[in-house]
Amino acid sequence: MRPAAFDYLRPTAVAEAVRGISGSDGAFFYAGGTELLLALKMRVLRADRLIDLKRIPQLDRIALSERGELTIGARATHRQIEESALVQQVLPALGRLCSQVANIRVRSVGTIGGNLCFAEPHADPGTFLAALGARLHLVGAQGERMVAADEFVLGEFETARRDDELLSHIVIPAQAGPSAYRRFRHGERPSVGVGVSWRLAKGGRTIETARIRFGALGPRPQAVEALEQALGGVETAKASGRIAELLPHALDALEVISDRHGGADYKRHLAATLLQRCIADAHQAALGGRP
Amino acid sequence: MAISFTLNEREVAAEFPPNRLLIDLLRDHFKLKGTKRSCDMEVCGACTVLLNGQPVSSCTTLAADADQGSIVTIEGLSPEAGLSRIQQAFVDHGAAQCGFCTPGFIVAVTDLLSRNPSPSDDEIRHHLRGNLCRCTGYVKILEAVKSLVPPGREGVKAQVKA
Ligand SMILES: Cc1cc2nc3c(=O)[nH]c(=O)nc-3n(C[C@H](O)[C@H](O)[C@H](O)COP(=O)(O)OP(=O)(O)OC[C@H]3O[C@@H](n4cnc5c(N)ncnc54)[C@H](O)[C@@H]3O)c2cc1C
Ligand code: FES
Ligand code: FES
Repeated sequence: MRPAAFDYLRPTAVAEAVRGISGSDGAFFYAGGTELLLALKMRVLRADRLIDLKRIPQLDRIALSERGELTIGARATHRQIEESALVQQVLPALGRLCSQVANIRVRSVGTIGGNLCFAEPHADPGTFLAALGARLHLVGAQGERMVAADEFVLGEFETARRDDELLSHIVIPAQAGPSAYRRFRHGERPSVGVGVSWRLAKGGRTIETARIRFGALGPRPQAVEALEQALGGVETAKASGRIAELLPHALDALEVISDRHGGADYKRHLAATLLQRCIADAHQAALGGRP
Repeated sequence: MAISFTLNEREVAAEFPPNRLLIDLLRDHFKLKGTKRSCDMEVCGACTVLLNGQPVSSCTTLAADADQGSIVTIEGLSPEAGLSRIQQAFVDHGAAQCGFCTPGFIVAVTDLLSRNPSPSDDEIRHHLRGNLCRCTGYVKILEAVKSLVPPGREGVKAQVKA
């Protein structure tokens, strides 16, 4: 399999990359290429121009902002995030997530931005970032804007990103409390992914607010409000019991597609199990004082 | 487009259209046939090479990415005469049968041991999960890699080199 011919640009600044993509239907940003080149080789996509992002400095930076928010450059690879001492310190669950993605070759060059922008439903980071309340920073010909991770994925392979917009970085809120992500894999990609993050009340024993997202089940990450609300004001040690009462029916509202990863009932069952494990993880994290 | 890069520690240059894949540049232009094409979709690891010190699927990497950088293929990991210690361990443990997957495994093991000279069994399995072998059943491959870990040091994660 070989891709059809295309032009190739190697900009050294974001503005130049955005100029390169504007006004051209068949132009694509090229980060790790682990999705894009596969699609071009199989000829499910056609590009007349690739805009390589690898020579733009800073796009892979992982840092804490002045407000204490974790910012991750869109071009940071899964491996870079997994090995980042800062991520291990402030958001270890994200490091673990990245260490589980694909195989070592995909993790070495595949980027978090490419993963989000491709919006393949069987993916991990988007689910957890939505659970964390992350925001994505987009830069386009008409300026810059922030989009909530929750609003970024619109459907299968479809996002809120305009064609001329480049995802520059992801911002993860500072005050997020304990968090956890778990996934079940069939073959190469996740069948179900569950992300949880809690904000704790003063004292650190009680959940003030909870965010829970289910991924890979339908076209985009989904929330179940009843579950989130049920955890408000509950002690972290009692969260698991509280959820168990609701679980028999709480997941009925999820949109679940039956596919080669399994039937809808089976996936709901997996989602329930993973949710309980995430809650146990988050409780442990709360005890250990580590998110 | 014209690029120049280090290929197995030699300075080289090449010219080709931008849609050229790295695997084709290596196999067809440089005649380095140790890098194998099998699944062609980043799943099997037969085409693994090191690009700037990172393992990549050369079947799904543009040749242009080598520009100003370095590529190491299985040929670059073999001494002029004889075998490298990783290759020898594979031979000693019967970790190669038809041998089609072996170059990819050797490159992946090189990456693993250069960052973590004392991996645990789990770390070895995790690192090699994306390399498929149709013949050996993996046990012998695991034994070969384990034999390279200094005794008593399994799982002691050495400092990760950036
Ligand atoms: C074998 C295999 C197994 C996998 N398993 C998993 C898994 O278990 N879990 C999981 O989550 N994922 C999995 N993936 C997906 C993997 O994580 C993605 O392929 C990777 O992260 C994509 O990043 P990339 O840099 O290679 O993207 P590219 O292929 O370079 O780009 C993908 C798309 O995003 C666009 N794009 C890239 N960067 C930007 C940017 N900064 N701004 C705007 N648009 C951009 C490109 O134009 C393209 O349309 C797997 C992939 C493979 C091949
Ligand atoms: S041939 Fe490249 S990964 Fe299988
Ligand atoms: S030795 Fe034959 S495929 Fe691995």
